[in-house]
Amino acid sequence: MSFEIDVRKRLGEAEVALTLAAGDGATVLFGPSGVGKTSVLNMVAGLLRPDSGRILVDGETLFGDGIDVPPEARRAGYVFQEARLFPHLRVRANLLYGAGRDTAAFEDRIGFLGIGHLLDRWPRTLSGGEAQRVAIGRAVLSNPRFLLLDEPLASLDRARREEILRAIEHLRDVMRLPILMVTHDPDEAERIGTRVVRM
Amino acid sequence: MAGDLLLTSAEWAVVGLSLKVGGVAMLVTLPIAFAIAWVLARVRFPGRVLVDALVHLPLVVPPVVTGWLLLIAFAPNGPIGGWLQDWFGVSVLFRWTGAAIAAGVMALPLMVRAMRLSIEAVDRRLESAARTLGAGPWRVFWTLTLPLSVPGVLAGAVLGFARSIGEFGATITFVSNVPGQTQTLPLAIYSALQQPGAEAMVWRLSAISVSLSLVALVASELLTRRAGRGLHVL
Repeated sequence: MSFEIDVRKRLGEAEVALTLAAGDGATVLFGPSGVGKTSVLNMVAGLLRPDSGRILVDGETLFGDGIDVPPEARRAGYVFQEARLFPHLRVRANLLYGAGRDTAAFEDRIGFLGIGHLLDRWPRTLSGGEAQRVAIGRAVLSNPRFLLLDEPLASLDRARREEILRAIEHLRDVMRLPILMVTHDPDEAERIGTRVVRM
Repeated sequence: MAGDLLLTSAEWAVVGLSLKVGGVAMLVTLPIAFAIAWVLARVRFPGRVLVDALVHLPLVVPPVVTGWLLLIAFAPNGPIGGWLQDWFGVSVLFRWTGAAIAAGVMALPLMVRAMRLSIEAVDRRLESAARTLGAGPWRVFWTLTLPLSVPGVLAGAVLGFARSIGEFGATITFVSNVPGQTQTLPLAIYSALQQPGAEAMVWRLSAISVSLSLVALVASELLTRRAGRGLHVL
């Protein structure tokens, strides 16, 4: 199983609860805003602590049974709704932030994103679609074991969406990374999801 | 008349001493102020309000009281003074080091305020993104929190430097008005005011005081704006 998740978390008045066991490919969490889809991703990434439950990825426990692996050791490639590029670092330094010493495979691994011409730019000069592609590249170069995608198309216009969707398909089909993606858009869910989980 | 506009060598010495006292006070207070600012901005703990109030105390307590408390603490039989005497055989009383301590204490609240605002302005979401990319808390601090708050840190340092150069009440109470040791610009102006016929000196030293303060305030304001635009200075 790629993802085995069984978590509960009280957030103010609401309670987020999800149980799922998902195999290879892309698992899409689908549902309206406010049901806690992003909170689930944050719990898998280690940014939010569940009140109870367990989280396993590829059979390894990230949370539960007295274990709580810190976010920096979970090897989650997290692409947020907003790109969250570091504003004081150029694109190249953003891409390499999580790459460690493994910079040789740079072009091999993110050539498909078509961001080679952006390396010397500052993040504030990028368009929304460019920034999101850099964010995907940064997550991929951190050598992740799995990907978390939180509405990665939400801030983009229709034309830019297509290129990001193709990039996600590349991650799923060519790089074969297990993906957990959140969306409220049925077409996206249908196109990307190997399976769709309603929340 | 033109000669009245030029500083005498004694007045240059006062300016030099003021810059030394202000510079040392600011540099020594800088890491302390940053640590306090970081804790107040980021850590929730019982008694935080009290720590916040204590840090701001020198801003509102009469400076003469601050000076007197420093005198008690640093006197040869005081808690800190006794320790300095026993271990290092030094005393800061009547010395420029004492003047720097008084200036640093008085500048601390201003520095903490400026730095705290800039640390609070750092987007926590960037820090959580860095964590998912494999950075531990220390790396996040050195590569994100610190560089992104640098404009505010510099603004605080400049303000603290200017405040240190202008420090009067706590200094004269704590380390007295010793020419060459503790007689910084404001103390020299105060002495000159008590001497008949020294008006020209008062004018000259006051002009220097006002100019230094003005430059510092403009620099601090520019840095703060830079911080607001999210630009980088590293």
